[in-house]
Amino acid sequence: MPDRFISIEAIAKRYPAPAGGVTTIFENLWLPMARGEFVCVIGHSGCGKTTVLNILAGLDTPTDGAVIVDGQAIEGPSLDRAVIFQGHSLLPWRSVMGNVAYAVTSKWRNWSSAQVQAQAQKFIDLVGLTGSEHKKPSELSGGMKQRVGIARALSIDPKILLMDEPFSALDALTRGTLQDEVRRICQETGQTVFMITHDVDEAIYLADRIVLMTNGPGAVLAEIVENPLPKERSRTEFHKHPLYYAVRNHIIDFLVERSRTFTKENPTFDPRHVPLIRPGVAEPVVVAGNGDTLSTSLPGESPSKTGVNALSTRQSIANA
Amino acid sequence: MTRSLSFRAAIVSIALFAVFIAAWHLATRGTGTAVDMDPEYAKLMGATATQGKSAMPGPLDVAKVLWQHLNQPFYDKGPNDKGVGIQLGYSLARVLTGYFLAVIVAIPIGFLIGMSPLMSRALDPFIQVLKPISPLAWMPLALYTIKDSSLSAIFVIFICSVWPMLLNTAFGVSAVRKEWLNVARTLEVGPVRRAFTVILPAAAPTILTGMRISIGIAWLVIVAAEMLVGGTGIGYFVWNEWNNLQVVNVINAILLIGIVGMILDQILAWFQRLVTFPE
Repeated sequence: MPDRFISIEAIAKRYPAPAGGVTTIFENLWLPMARGEFVCVIGHSGCGKTTVLNILAGLDTPTDGAVIVDGQAIEGPSLDRAVIFQGHSLLPWRSVMGNVAYAVTSKWRNWSSAQVQAQAQKFIDLVGLTGSEHKKPSELSGGMKQRVGIARALSIDPKILLMDEPFSALDALTRGTLQDEVRRICQETGQTVFMITHDVDEAIYLADRIVLMTNGPGAVLAEIVENPLPKERSRTEFHKHPLYYAVRNHIIDFLVERSRTFTKENPTFDPRHVPLIRPGVAEPVVVAGNGDTLSTSLPGESPSKTGVNALSTRQSIANA
Repeated sequence: MTRSLSFRAAIVSIALFAVFIAAWHLATRGTGTAVDMDPEYAKLMGATATQGKSAMPGPLDVAKVLWQHLNQPFYDKGPNDKGVGIQLGYSLARVLTGYFLAVIVAIPIGFLIGMSPLMSRALDPFIQVLKPISPLAWMPLALYTIKDSSLSAIFVIFICSVWPMLLNTAFGVSAVRKEWLNVARTLEVGPVRRAFTVILPAAAPTILTGMRISIGIAWLVIVAAEMLVGGTGIGYFVWNEWNNLQVVNVINAILLIGIVGMILDQILAWFQRLVTFPE
């Protein structure tokens, strides 16, 4: 059976609307993730991306459905799932070392202070902040603060890294450097990453798969785009890859146009079998529903249950 | 050429002080005419009536007596004649005792109110009613139940110091940034450790603001409380000297009360700077 390390199963989030009734932020989301996979979620503001991430983090609970991680349903936050917050969320009264050490002592309660220091130092060095250990967050630039956030998240040796637009508040240059470092660190450690972003290039550069969400309220996972770029990619070269524009155009087309109209145009859309897209040199085509690629098909389930659109496209591939 | 702002401010302060002292001196200078009368009668009437001197002491008289007080702050010649140092000591001891009792009570309850919306709602009516009561209104009740005037004064200090600290602690605790709490949650930090490592440092500046307001109020109230309970303390000293018609001592006491109050406030301000963090 294929590795299904994280499995988001039928989660929904609804709030009571002010005028009575219910506002549905998103509904019936299904998404499996493999170990060591880097998944980016792209969608417009208000589609509930952050809520999905908070549910994964255990900071929020879904109204319906569940998230299974490593065979266990999530019940609240866990040290196995580290979060890198959008605002850096450093404790301002603690130094860089103090912030990282706080996480380390939370994970390993009975470590001696020397062990804690050594572990914290290792990750401060890893993000390139050697020499700034005793600075307070207020003395750091935005990029350095976010580095501390990354060091803090990685220092507890998490199984999953959750990132909520970690670089959105940074200038383009710093963002690029940090993307490189996150990519390097994640590849070295084989980290499983779930990241939210607004930046299409960032998603293409970092992700193995890019999840596209439609606009809220009532958002759904419309498509999963498989990144055709090789795992080895460099910041200076990845946009010259022959498939780069196919991926980019596909995502941007979705964000500009189809994220609004998707739900209307696909009335029979089956959220359980989100189409997996692998943009080619020519037109992007659907190659499979993700249920087919990442899981064994469940008993009693035939392809005819998947959405008509996805099905017809798939058949056309088979014919081609 | 411009000098530093604090230098210029100091010049203006000194100038204002000089103007004030000069005006005071001129206003209290004797202007009446000396009346010729029987020396024995003049003695009975006092210099005010006979020598044309003002009843209000001038700055020089006050300075002279202040110098005496500062040279001999701790003499004790019986219940009605103690040095100002001893009197201030009594007042400070009462204020600090009542104040620290209030700290011990207000900060934990403030934490409870700040962390629990239920307790916040439940205790709110009591706080709203009790807070505006003048602390001195408690005095008769305190005297009747405690049956000790000195302890009653401490109780009054306690009751007036409690509210600003309680409300500020509750506000500070409830206003701790959600993202910091989320950091603690994702790190699986337990409630006790979270209270001490996240909530307390985050709320400390607000708590210290409450403590600073409280010490100010306590020092205001102790003078009035000691005027009522009598016996010892700077408040009693002021009232006693008024009964003696020693206005010069009253002015001295006022000056000393101001200075001690300022020192108390500055100590708390120093603690406040210690726990304040830049964001």
